[in-house]
Amino acid sequence: MAFVPPHDPFAAGEVAARERAVDIVVDESMASQAGVMWSPDAAIIAHKGTWHEVWERFRKDKFAVMGLVVIGILVFVAVTAPWIAPHDPTTQYDEGLTMKGMPVGSSSKFLLGTDTLGRDLLSRLMYGARVSLVIGVMANGLALILGVIFGLTAGFFRGSTETAIMRATDVMMAFPIYLLAVALVAVLKPSLWILIFVIGFVYWTPMTRVIHGEVLSIREKEFVAAARLTGCSNMRILYRHILPHLVAPIIVYTSLGIATTVLFEATLSYIGLGVQPPTPSWGQMISDGQNYYRSAPHLVIYPGLCIMLTVLAFNMVGDGLRDAFDPQQRRR
Amino acid sequence: MSATDAVIPASTGAAAPASGDDLVTVDDLVVHFPITSGIVFRHKIGAVRAVDGISFTVKRGETLGLVGESGCGKSTTGMAILHLEKPTAGHVLYEGADLASLSGRALRRQRRRMQMIFQDPYASLNGRMTIADIVGEPLLVHKLYPRSGRNQRVRELLELVGINPNTLNRYPHEFSGGQRQRIGIARALAVEPNFIVCDEPISALDVSIRAQIINLLLELQREFGLTYLFIAHDLSVVRHISDRVAVMYLGKMVELAENAVLYGEPVHPYTQALLSAVPIPDPEAEENRRAVVLQGDVPSPADPPPGCHFHTRCPAAQEGLCNVEPPVLREVRPRHWASCHLVTNTDFPHIRAGEDDLAVVATGPVMGDASAATVVHTDALDAAGENDHGDV
Repeated sequence: MAFVPPHDPFAAGEVAARERAVDIVVDESMASQAGVMWSPDAAIIAHKGTWHEVWERFRKDKFAVMGLVVIGILVFVAVTAPWIAPHDPTTQYDEGLTMKGMPVGSSSKFLLGTDTLGRDLLSRLMYGARVSLVIGVMANGLALILGVIFGLTAGFFRGSTETAIMRATDVMMAFPIYLLAVALVAVLKPSLWILIFVIGFVYWTPMTRVIHGEVLSIREKEFVAAARLTGCSNMRILYRHILPHLVAPIIVYTSLGIATTVLFEATLSYIGLGVQPPTPSWGQMISDGQNYYRSAPHLVIYPGLCIMLTVLAFNMVGDGLRDAFDPQQRRR
Repeated sequence: MSATDAVIPASTGAAAPASGDDLVTVDDLVVHFPITSGIVFRHKIGAVRAVDGISFTVKRGETLGLVGESGCGKSTTGMAILHLEKPTAGHVLYEGADLASLSGRALRRQRRRMQMIFQDPYASLNGRMTIADIVGEPLLVHKLYPRSGRNQRVRELLELVGINPNTLNRYPHEFSGGQRQRIGIARALAVEPNFIVCDEPISALDVSIRAQIINLLLELQREFGLTYLFIAHDLSVVRHISDRVAVMYLGKMVELAENAVLYGEPVHPYTQALLSAVPIPDPEAEENRRAVVLQGDVPSPADPPPGCHFHTRCPAAQEGLCNVEPPVLREVRPRHWASCHLVTNTDFPHIRAGEDDLAVVATGPVMGDASAATVVHTDALDAAGENDHGDV
């Protein structure tokens, strides 16, 4: 985390500069007449909460807000799919296929056309968002929890604990994770929960490494020594002094992680080890449609676009949040 | 540095009486940092002897200055006294109780009495916590005040150190270096300690702010009867604030005496060299000031020289004695300890006899080989490499 001196006038915006002007007044008056000539500004600025400030900074980032809107739409669609989807995603419509048995293009009945079995593509995409988001969030949550616990423990307590955890991480990372995931899924029979478990299990290592590295540097900071001196227990130091400094990396890696996980799920579905048909999933839809990419390119393009938009949206939100959370480096 | 001198009013610290009883006793403290090799099978191949067996006491109500070059172990000593760094050997007794025998909850309770003010006010405050949380945390952890009273107490503490109490919901990055240091002081005071280790509390601050912080520390000492261990490399500041001064070199204590004695009649060659490098805020005297410039660099603490650690650079070192036999810290005269073979109880070689006699450079009668010391004008040097406050 780069350090920007608070008095650098070029690093500060107008508001910050005004705040600082108040500070200087305070500075000059403090030696002798503490508590006398305070600017009323100071008290007003002070009463806004942290989350409010984070939001204020976040909303100034156009791309991040766009990403958030996309995620919002995705979540809305995923949640309300049964009500807003124009058709049932698994029903095969007779009129969904041409005389030759080819998928039809967009029409007033099938807005984005149909797939090779005459099912409504739009409805399938909507239901597919459910699978992607559930797996993306849950698998990543699992990876995140494992990574943070292992990383914190290894970095904070050092010693043999650290050696054990970090060498296990190395071993884990030495595995080809796709192969491992494919093997695990094949053995355990693919289902939603198995997918979440497997993806979470193969993805905890990057988070562990990142957290471990961050903790190593944070635990040597003087404020940790100060906390120890004031009588904080290890748990309190971890929770109050170290964990908050991990918010930025956790958020960045979670957003990247969700993006990666959505892709991972798509990949597994593409090779047939994802969520099993007839439940629609984007990766499986691409796989089904790839043989028709010349005559019916929409079968590949729309799910591909969905995956891309989702990945992009999570990345942009993650970047925006990182900047918003870290006031010291908020202006790049 | 002369600017600091100009801002700081006349010395007050030197006159303060030491009440006599020992608050903190450091007994043969050793802190070694192991140097290891190998990735899987680590084995120790050596040690950095940051603190290599020092003993001293801090009397209740006094300010003990601890000076020395960068890397001589003075900060590590401060850390070890507070058990932030585990001593390799030796004891630290606080009011007669050994801290090493405590752990967990008991250690945390004991630490309430001992606090620290850190060097870098940017690194010592948690940037994710508001000022109220930072200063209020000790109160919370030790359950010193009920929830309702805590906020009031935090405001009092902030006011005490000269911070607007209305800013208590702000974050550290919104404050200047001097203000942050004040907040750090408020946090240290929150648990009502007796003993505070000030680890170079002003060396990271603007010169214009230093005097304010020093005066604040002095005011707080008067008001609450605090005892300070004041670690610094700025000799004029230490002189201003301390009752007694200890000088460290390469993990060893070389001299310990009352302020006026140490600055007026230093007996150890290292102290003499150190003091001769202090600029004088009087242009005429400064013009004539001559400094003993030590040859060479400080040896590595991982491989300190045999015998007296200082003999490789000492202008008076005697072959066959200083490089063989490590000297012990002896009381060469009442309340004046020095660790040098060449200083005897009857003979005190001086570089300078008194405060106003700064131009005199001479080696004492027993200092045999003076050729190792070069005598130069001081234009080029400012406190002999002691001026590294840009090291943040």
